[in-house]
Amino acid sequence: MKNTNEMEIRFDSRSVNEGFARVAVASFMTQLNPTVEEVADVKTAVSEAVTNSIIHGYENEIHKVSIRCRIEDNVFTVEVCDKGRGIENIEEAMRPMFTTKPEQDRSGMGFAFMEAFMDTVEVESEPGKGTKVKMKKTVGKGREIWTTQSL
Amino acid sequence: MKYQVQENCLTIYLPREVDHHNAEEMKREADAVIDRNHIKYVIFDFEKTDFMDSSGIGVIMGRYKTICLIGGEIWAVHANARIRKILTLSGAAKIMQIYDEEDKV
Repeated sequence: MKNTNEMEIRFDSRSVNEGFARVAVASFMTQLNPTVEEVADVKTAVSEAVTNSIIHGYENEIHKVSIRCRIEDNVFTVEVCDKGRGIENIEEAMRPMFTTKPEQDRSGMGFAFMEAFMDTVEVESEPGKGTKVKMKKTVGKGREIWTTQSL
Repeated sequence: MKYQVQENCLTIYLPREVDHHNAEEMKREADAVIDRNHIKYVIFDFEKTDFMDSSGIGVIMGRYKTICLIGGEIWAVHANARIRKILTLSGAAKIMQIYDEEDKV
């Protein structure tokens, strides 16, 4: 039988909640006994996705952003959803350095960071309906199981 | 946010977390200081920083655009391994000097 656990949070799309979101996800993740590096990777990816929902999805209007996390054995899945304006061209949006808001000093690296720090990133979006970013990361990859080795 | 101006050099002491939330305020304040003091060199001090996302890269890139027009430079100091990784991955490391602690004499 698989070891599973889930959690969901829903919060206002205020920028002050970006810190809350990544810390909440990081603390749920600790039960997988991740390395400091793995936690930092997930925190960065969550921060990027939530920031996208706030500034692009809702364009700074206050609505709800929801995050769903799932643990299945050592695979950590996190979904960030908004019901905002959606993305017209996902491929273009995911291209590094591409941004629709250069005047706001956006670097266009959001999706590139998510892809760099997570194993997989899937984006589902419909203009006018919203966006869902689903990211997965296997925690403890290549870690030696030293506890079972005999001395 | 803490700032220090010495002649034409501005040091920005970055907060513990650099994300979209505090990047906005930082951009506004830094631009005002740069404008007022004829700044040519900007030093980002990461001593207290343990988290930065692409919004932080936006802050650096934006300041670089202003500063390079007048032939200035931007620097990063006290960046830990994580911050360096973010700077390298985003390409920001190519446009700024990263000061290594180990190089200190």
